[in-house]
Amino acid sequence: MSEKTVVAPKPHVAHEVHHEELGFWRKYVFSTDHKVIGIQYAVTGLLFLLFGFSLMMLMRWQLAYPGVPLPLIGQLFGEARMPGGTMLPEFYNELGAMHGTIMVFLGVVPLAVGGFGNFVLPLQIGAPDMAFPKINMVSYWCLFLGGITMLGSFLVPGGAAQSGWTSYAPLSVIAGTGQTWWLIGMIFLITSSLLGALNFITTTIQLRAKGLTFMRFPFFCWSQFVTAFLLLLAFPPLEAAGVMQLMDRVAGTSFFLPSGLVVSGQALANTGGGNPLLWQHLFWFLAHPEVYVLILPGMGIVAEIIANNTRKPLWGYRSMVYSLVFLGFMSFIVWAHHMFMTGMGTTMAAFFQTTTMIISIPSVVILTALIISLWGGSIRYNTPMLFAVAFLPMFGIGGLTGLPLGLNIADIPLHDTYYVIAHFHYVVAPGTIFALMAGIYYWYPKATGRKMNETLGKIHFAGSLICMNVIFMPMFIIGLAGVSRRLFDAGTAYAFAQPTMHWNAVSSWGAWTLALFQIPFIFNFFWSIKKGAVADENPWQATTIEWSAPSPPPHGNFAQVPQAYRGPYEYSVPGAGKDFVPQFEA
Amino acid sequence: MDIPYTVEIRRDTGLTNGKIGIWLFLASEVMLFGALFASYILIRVGAPSWPRGDMFLDVPLATVNTIVLIASSVTMVMAWASLMRRRFQTYRIYMGLTILAGLVFLVIKYFEYSHHFHGGELPSTNNFLAIYFTLTGLHGLHVFGGMVVNAYFWGPGAKLWKTNPVWFTNRVEHSGLFWHFVDLVWIFLFPTLYLL
Amino acid sequence: MASDHAATSVTSDHAVDIDKHVRIYITVFVTLMVLTIVTVVVSRFHLPVPIAVTVALIVATIKGSLVACYFMHLISEKKLIYAVLALTAFFFVALMALPIFTVSDGFWIH
Repeated sequence: MSEKTVVAPKPHVAHEVHHEELGFWRKYVFSTDHKVIGIQYAVTGLLFLLFGFSLMMLMRWQLAYPGVPLPLIGQLFGEARMPGGTMLPEFYNELGAMHGTIMVFLGVVPLAVGGFGNFVLPLQIGAPDMAFPKINMVSYWCLFLGGITMLGSFLVPGGAAQSGWTSYAPLSVIAGTGQTWWLIGMIFLITSSLLGALNFITTTIQLRAKGLTFMRFPFFCWSQFVTAFLLLLAFPPLEAAGVMQLMDRVAGTSFFLPSGLVVSGQALANTGGGNPLLWQHLFWFLAHPEVYVLILPGMGIVAEIIANNTRKPLWGYRSMVYSLVFLGFMSFIVWAHHMFMTGMGTTMAAFFQTTTMIISIPSVVILTALIISLWGGSIRYNTPMLFAVAFLPMFGIGGLTGLPLGLNIADIPLHDTYYVIAHFHYVVAPGTIFALMAGIYYWYPKATGRKMNETLGKIHFAGSLICMNVIFMPMFIIGLAGVSRRLFDAGTAYAFAQPTMHWNAVSSWGAWTLALFQIPFIFNFFWSIKKGAVADENPWQATTIEWSAPSPPPHGNFAQVPQAYRGPYEYSVPGAGKDFVPQFEA
Repeated sequence: MDIPYTVEIRRDTGLTNGKIGIWLFLASEVMLFGALFASYILIRVGAPSWPRGDMFLDVPLATVNTIVLIASSVTMVMAWASLMRRRFQTYRIYMGLTILAGLVFLVIKYFEYSHHFHGGELPSTNNFLAIYFTLTGLHGLHVFGGMVVNAYFWGPGAKLWKTNPVWFTNRVEHSGLFWHFVDLVWIFLFPTLYLL
Repeated sequence: MASDHAATSVTSDHAVDIDKHVRIYITVFVTLMVLTIVTVVVSRFHLPVPIAVTVALIVATIKGSLVACYFMHLISEKKLIYAVLALTAFFFVALMALPIFTVSDGFWIH
C-alpha cells in the first residue's frame, strides 16, 4: 500500500483557470484527452479483433469440412457468397484477406499502440497528456474512417479485397472494387499511425517527468518509443505504394503490371513495363517492421507485469533496452526474407539471410532476460501474470520457428505453407494477444477504478492457452508436409496432403472453442465496470508512475506534478519498509 | 497552454514540442518521396528504353516553376525573420508573397497538365508519364497543403500574434519548414524528371 | 503554468542574428538561382546518362543542402534533430539501394 494517500482531486490541476465544462460530445467523443482516446482505440481494437476472429471462424468451417454447407447461418450469406450455404472460393479469399488486414491494422495495432500507448504512456512518464492532444484526436478518427472504409468494402459489388492482406500485384491490380476500398482504407490507417507516432516520440522525449532519464524508463515506455519510430519511417513507402496501386487500378498506369499480361484470355489494356516485385519491396519494407510493431508493445507489457508480480527488478534491463533499439534498427533491413522465392540471386539472398539471423539475437536476449527475471521471484499468479508468463514460451515457439524461414534454403519448402501461418500466429496470437490480455487485466483498475474478476480471468486464460495451441500446433505438421496456405479447400485436392488433412478439423474445433472461452472475458470486461472490486490508485503495489495517479485519473492526470527519484523496478530493496519502493516516491 | 514546452524550449533537448513534431513529420515525408524515387529507379532500370525528360515535358516552363518555388522559400524564411524582428506587417507581405508563389506554381502545373491531357499524354500512356504524373501530382498536393496552412497563418491564424507572439512565430517557422521541404523535393524532382 | 516563462528572450536574442541571417538568405537565393541555370544548361549537352545523372544529383544535392542548412536552419539545429535525420537518411539509402540490388542481383552485380 502506498503511504501517501493521494486524495482524489477535484479536477483542479494547476492550469484549470480557463477550464470550461465540456459538453458530452467534446468530453466523450471528440475528446483530446489521451485517456479517452486510448479507451476509444482500445475498444475499437477489441471490436475489430472480435470481427476479424469471426471471419476466421467462418473460414474454419470450410477448412474443416470443405464443400459442406454451413448449418444454420450458412444461408445468411446469400447466393453470391455461399450458395446453398457452401462457401465460394472468392468469398474464402475475401475472408482471408480481410481477416489478415483487420487483425493486423484494425485489431492489434490500434489496441497495442493506440490503446495501451495512449492510455498508459503519458501516465507512466508523469505527463499531463500527449504533446499534441488535438493531433491525437485526429489520429483516432482517421483510424475510425479507415475502419469504416474496410468494413464498407464488404458491401461493394464483388465484395471486399480478395488478394491477401499482402495485396500482391498483378492480382490485386485486376481485382474488383473492394481492393480500391482497401487501398483507400489503408491510406486512412497509415495517416492515423503516422500522426500517432510523431505524437508518441515527441511526448516521450519532451514530457517525461523531472528525474525520469531514459535509462529509468519502464521498459514499456521504451517499447512504445521504438515502435513509434518503426511506424513513422516504415509506413510511408506503403502509402506511396498504395497510391501507385490506386493509379494502376484507376488511372490505367502499369507500375506493377508486367508487359504482356493476359487475363481470362484477353490481353490487358495497360501498357505494361511495370514490376510486380516493386510492390513486394515497398509492401514488405513496411510489413516487416510492422511485425515488430505487433510484438514490441506486447513485450513491454509483459516486462511490466513480470517485474511487478515477481517483486524483483527486471533482469538485464540495460541489455533489454539495447536489444530493443538494435532490433528496431535492424527491422528495416531484413524485409526481403519475405521474398526469397522471387528469383533473387545468391548475393542478396545471403545479405537478407544474414541480417535476418542477426535480428534474431536481440529478440532472444529480450526473451531470455524476461525468463531469467522469473528466477528467485516471489511470484504472484494473478490473471495478468498468467497471461504474461504464458507469453514467454508461446513467443519462444513463434520466434524459434521463424528461424528456418529466415534461412533462404530452408525457406524453399516452407515458404507460403501452413508452417508460415503457424509461425506468425504463435507470435501474434498466443504471443501478442496474450500480452494485450495481460495488459487489459493489469491496467483495467487504473482506467476504471475497479478490478476484473480473478476467477473468470483464470478460466479465460486456461481455455485460451489450451485452444491456441490446439489451433496452431497442428499447422506446423500440415506445413511441413508441404500444404500451401490460402487454399480454399485446405489442400484436400492434393494427394500428398491427405495424411495431414484430418488436422484441419482439429484446428477448427480449437478455434470455435477459443471463441467460447472469450465469453468469460467479454462478460468480465463489462460486468466489472460496475461490479468489480473497487481499486485504489495502486492495487498491484507497483512502482511505476502511473500508479501514483487516482484510479481513474482526472483530466490532467496528477494532483501534483510527479517526479522520478529512482529506477522503475525497485522491488524487494533490502532495508526498505515494504517490498517495493515506487519510482515516484521521494 | 496546458502542455509544457509548447512555447518554451525544454532545456536538455533545446527544443519545443512543435519543432520535434514537424521534423519527425518531415522524416516520414522523406520516406514517402523516397519510395517514389526508388520506384522511379526500379522502373527506369527495368525499362527497355526511357525517354529523356525534354521529349515529353516543357523544360523552360518547369525551370520557371523551379525559380518560383525557390523564391517562395526565400519569402517564407523572410516571413519568419520578420516575425523574429517583430515586424508583423512585413511578415504579412512576405507570407502573402509565399502563398502567391505557391499559387503561381500550381497554375503553371495546371497548364502543363492540361497541355499533356489535350495531347493524349495520360498517366496510362507509358511508364515515364505514369511516374511523372504521380510524383508531380503528389508534390503538387503537398504544395496545396502547404498553401492552405500558410493561408491560415496569414489570415485567421494570425490572431495568435497578439496573444502569444512567440508561439505564433514558432508555428510560422514550423510551417516554413514544411514549405522548404516541399521546395527541396522539387529541387530533386525537377532534374530527375525533366532533365535526365 | 508553463507559458509564464515564455521565451520572450528568444525574440530579442535573435534580433541581432536575424540581420546576419537575412544576408545569408539572399546569398543562398542567388546561389540557388545560379545552380538552377547551371543544371538546365548542362542538361542541354545531352551527356551520357550515367554522367548526366551524377552531375544532376550533385548539383541537386548542393542546392538541397543549401535549402536545408540555411532556410531550414539545419546548420544550427540540435543534436536530437540530427539524430532523427541521420536515422532517416540511413533507411532512405537502404530503400533506394536494396530493391534495385535485389532485382538485378544475378544480372550484373556479383
